[in-house]
Amino acid sequence: MNTFEWIGKIFSEYWNEFLRGMGNTLIMALTGTAIGFLIGLAVAIVRTIPLTENDSKFKRVSKKIIDVILTAYVEIIRGTPMLVQALIIHYGFFVSLNMHPLISAIIIISFNTGAYMAEIVRGGIISVDKGQVEGAHAIGMNHWQTMTNVILPQAIRNIMPSIGNEFVVNIKDSSVLSVISITELMFISKQAGGAYAQFVPSYLICALIYLILTFTITRILRLLEKKMEGGSSYMICGSQSDPDAQIRVVKEKDNG
Amino acid sequence: MAETILELKHLAKSFGENKVLKDISLTVEKGEVISIIGSSGSGKSTMLRCVNLLERPTGGEILFKGENILEKKFNLNAYRTKVGMVFQSFNLYNNMTAFENCVKPQMIVLKRSRKEAEEIARNFIEKVGMSAYINAKPSQLSGGQKQRIAIARTLSMNPEVILFDEPTSALDPEMVGEVLQVMKDLASTGLTMLVVTHEMGFAKNVSSRVVFMDEGVIAEEGTPETVLVNPQNQRTKEFLSKVL
Repeated sequence: MNTFEWIGKIFSEYWNEFLRGMGNTLIMALTGTAIGFLIGLAVAIVRTIPLTENDSKFKRVSKKIIDVILTAYVEIIRGTPMLVQALIIHYGFFVSLNMHPLISAIIIISFNTGAYMAEIVRGGIISVDKGQVEGAHAIGMNHWQTMTNVILPQAIRNIMPSIGNEFVVNIKDSSVLSVISITELMFISKQAGGAYAQFVPSYLICALIYLILTFTITRILRLLEKKMEGGSSYMICGSQSDPDAQIRVVKEKDNG
Repeated sequence: MAETILELKHLAKSFGENKVLKDISLTVEKGEVISIIGSSGSGKSTMLRCVNLLERPTGGEILFKGENILEKKFNLNAYRTKVGMVFQSFNLYNNMTAFENCVKPQMIVLKRSRKEAEEIARNFIEKVGMSAYINAKPSQLSGGQKQRIAIARTLSMNPEVILFDEPTSALDPEMVGEVLQVMKDLASTGLTMLVVTHEMGFAKNVSSRVVFMDEGVIAEEGTPETVLVNPQNQRTKEFLSKVL
């Protein structure tokens, strides 16, 4: 049998397993991105709390300590591969807790995504014109009110493409979690290939499914962005491939 | 009897080595309209920004109705609702419509009900002649329209003092008039106003007092006639000869 015949054979026999793997991959990526976004939001908000000379010493010291912890979190997670993080977290903690591998995987992805999201959200906050903060402060809003009413709605709109990008990255990168025996797409492909000792055809199926997933989702996200944009459009770079979450805001003509 | 509302005492502000404000003392009575003029870099805007603490002074005192606003216990956010600010760059909230810009801050900061806030906002938006644009987003408005909404937003908080930081400097010439007209109307209502401006016409015809700033100090102050028509200070004369 040639490779194409093997692909046909493996897929016809294992197609429901592949679908199950795909489902698990999507669940992990989606929940991981969503929770990761919330983590990133929280980290970014805390890190941007301004300190003034008027704050008590206790507040200033505790803010410093929290900042150090959050910076360490972001730097450690971004500076090590998710594969290594998964092995340490899963075998170091979750196995002894007897945690369901899927839950453990979602926690790992969320934790990982949170660090990247923290930088993306921070970039989003920085991308909002400073005058917006002054306009809010000058009218009497405190930091929290300014953030929730004025800055974050604009920042999140600006970083929508990056959030979508993280989702796509998570679909692909969750494949490394096959090492902790989660029956996601990569794991299934390894098993299906192993049954006939025909790994290349099985991985080709795997690659094709990933490609279909990411391609479709990217198109859907584009459409959503267009819908949200209204009068102006934003081009934003800032993701795992660009760790500094540098944001380029290209404002086109405002036609409302 | 005039009542003192704001008092700056030996105000100083440095950015690193750069002393922008050296020793500013100024008393503002209720109902006064004070124009602050001077060349760029003289510290006019910095002084105004210190008054509502967008910049923290590095020396001196600012008293609002006798209370030192630099005290640690001072409720800054409540103070800022009483001392409003209008910016050169408008700073309307881009994620809200013109109407929401005027409504939301009242609800968020003053805890007014939506109904009450909307009523107040509608009233002031009408006063600045912007009723037709109530549902427009800031990006759909011209500079002059944005500034009028920004003024309505500040008025909606019912402030006792409004600080204007070069409100017409970012506008196209044909839009300056509409904003100045709104400010002129406001001045006649007895609102206390501190206006950093390059509009000598406004300074001369509308304000009750003119302050000329030069290199971080108040070089000359007095009625518009004394400062603008009969300046005593050499620097004032030089400045006026350039702008008039």
